Amino acid sequence: MTDRKTPPNPNRTANRTALACAGLVVGMTGLAFASVPLYDAFCKATGYDGTPLQGAAPSAAAARTGDSMVVHFDTNVASTLPWKFRAESPRVAANLGETTTVFFRVRNTGTTPSTGIATFNVQPGLMGGYFVKVECFCFKEQTLQPGEAMDFPVVFYIDPAVRADSNTSHLSEMTLSYTYFASKNGQPAAAAVATTGDTGKKSNF
Amino acid sequence: MATAAAHAGHDAHDDHKPSFFARWFLSTNHKDIGTLYLLFAFCAGIVGAFLSFGIRMEMEEPGLQYFSNPATYNVFVTGHGLIMVFFMVMPALIGGFGNWFVPLMIGAPDMAFPRMNNISFWLTVAGFCSLLCSLFVEGAPGASGAGTGWTVYPPLSTAGHPGPAVDFAIFALHLAGAGSILGAINFITTILNMRAPGMTLHKMPLFAWAELVTAFLLLLSLPVLAGAITMLLTDRNFGTTFFDPAGGGDPILYQHLFWFFGHPEVYVMILPAFGIVSHIIATFSKKPVFGYLAMAYAMVAIGVVGFVVWAHHMYTVGLSLQTQSYFVFATMVIAVPTGVKIFSWIATMWGGSIRFTAAMHWAVGFIFLFTVGGVTGVVLANSAVDKYLHDTYYVVAHFHYVLSLGAVFIIFAGVYYWFPKMTGHVIPEWAGKLHFWLAFIGANVLFFPMHFLGLAGMPRRYADYPDAFAPWHRVATWGGHIFALGMIVFVIGVILAFRSKVRAADNPWGEGATTLEWTLSSPPPFHQFETLPRIVDEPGRH
Repeated sequence: MTDRKTPPNPNRTANRTALACAGLVVGMTGLAFASVPLYDAFCKATGYDGTPLQGAAPSAAAARTGDSMVVHFDTNVASTLPWKFRAESPRVAANLGETTTVFFRVRNTGTTPSTGIATFNVQPGLMGGYFVKVECFCFKEQTLQPGEAMDFPVVFYIDPAVRADSNTSHLSEMTLSYTYFASKNGQPAAAAVATTGDTGKKSNF
Repeated sequence: MATAAAHAGHDAHDDHKPSFFARWFLSTNHKDIGTLYLLFAFCAGIVGAFLSFGIRMEMEEPGLQYFSNPATYNVFVTGHGLIMVFFMVMPALIGGFGNWFVPLMIGAPDMAFPRMNNISFWLTVAGFCSLLCSLFVEGAPGASGAGTGWTVYPPLSTAGHPGPAVDFAIFALHLAGAGSILGAINFITTILNMRAPGMTLHKMPLFAWAELVTAFLLLLSLPVLAGAITMLLTDRNFGTTFFDPAGGGDPILYQHLFWFFGHPEVYVMILPAFGIVSHIIATFSKKPVFGYLAMAYAMVAIGVVGFVVWAHHMYTVGLSLQTQSYFVFATMVIAVPTGVKIFSWIATMWGGSIRFTAAMHWAVGFIFLFTVGGVTGVVLANSAVDKYLHDTYYVVAHFHYVLSLGAVFIIFAGVYYWFPKMTGHVIPEWAGKLHFWLAFIGANVLFFPMHFLGLAGMPRRYADYPDAFAPWHRVATWGGHIFALGMIVFVIGVILAFRSKVRAADNPWGEGATTLEWTLSSPPPFHQFETLPRIVDEPGRH
């Protein structure tokens, strides 16, 4: 050791280390919260975890003739919404690369107007990257008067690239699932139904 | 000069101790805080053990005997898990032994931030109180307490638990997490800045290495848990939809965040134990530990790889084959540094002059049991196998072999190894050995049959089961009783130690014990190393 008059203050370096550690903690906390939009963007971009892609209609040339997949439709209504919700048919056979249109009918069976918002998902989750929606009613608020019914179209196609992915090439069936939740200004509203005697239930399908 | 760095700013350069209240409630002394942590861990461990007894009593017979509401059974399971992880193993291994022996081993007078050390402890205690509160307020409809499992997955923890119990449990994790983060900062600062002159990182005892790696794991993983449970809290109370599909959230995101914390967390619980077992094996084999550098860097490797394997807890959520392959591979890679450690412990004993003291019993028992748990871990790492065994008793058996029999065995090993140093009293060797054999037999009888139950399809977190599972459940409950008997022996041993007039020598373990704490008196002076020790190279010794 050198014979300096004032030795380096050990508290200075200790404080610097502690500050660096605190920086790490703040950074990791920030990352935890940043993961929410990042994960959302990642799912939307890649179809990860059954998030269907949204896009324009495919070119006719992309169609793969003679190859189709059965798409089942699963319709649900959260228990807080007195609605009935079903697809016009329980399943369709969709040719790969060709747009298919399916109508979904939703009816308010309660006694007061109520507002709902739909979310969707596909199963198996790995199909999310190949199931492309051209038009859908997802994440749009709908308000229905008592007894009112509405039809919504869903236009989609299955990307023929599904056959090139070893995870999905063998699939012959998939499911598109929709759930209607009670909504208020785009936010879920648990109390929306308290006024109606009828408790909503899983839609009959 | 070394004396120039001697710790200043304290009035007490003699062995003067403050009054009782100031000493134990406003404590800034690393040894006192370590003692507080150990006592706290013991008390929390008793509560956690009581809860596990409730579980085992219920599972002894099919049907519902003690729990009229299975939701309450789940509250016991959740409480047991959270208490044992956050309020027993972590306070004992990190707060307790870490505070006591990291400064002693690196030749420091105290921790870098003694007051922050005190805050860490009391935050942990406050967290425990919050968790206890959660047991007595409504959680799931019609039941009190949070029955979410220690993972607190939504939607069970959001929509499934309208009562405030889950909020209390989340606050408990926040408080304990904040305490652990502050503790981790303290350890890192202490170890990086306050080593005695001449003690380079590559000469630092393995227990200090273990605590250093553990502190970094805590620092990087706990904020993610804090973020995730804060989102859970706002989802529950303020109408956000981070994890609620109704607003476009995704419950799977919570699982990713939780396990990004949760997997490093299991290493947080076992790495300090790795450090302790290395010292015990070396001491009682009268040999320096085999492959010191490999041992240190194996812990670093385990810590690093531990951050990139989290999805092996979530094979059933629908990951692509490629993702699963990656996580299988990365998980199995961890077996390599772990194998290095097991090999080095055995190689340390090989050719050594082994003394089977009580502490050595526990350490060798740990190696055996941890290896069993590690092997079932490699089985579970396979996604194809895991889909079959996911959430079964096989998983329960696996993590109890590495934690209940790994971490807990080393907590006891540490107690038997350091008790003379910490208190100046000596636990009779026969008590330690009898305790060991009761615990070893009891734990194996308790947890080994769970492998069979899991392979047969017994799911975890269920209060009832088909009759076919009854025999092995009954055997497991007997094992629990044997283990509990061992705990009684332990308490008797501690009482006998304090009553006996036998005083511990400064170094009761002889020439094998080479770390700095054995150069001090037993118990050490209230303030030690006012003149810093100087580490010189000894041939054949790290």
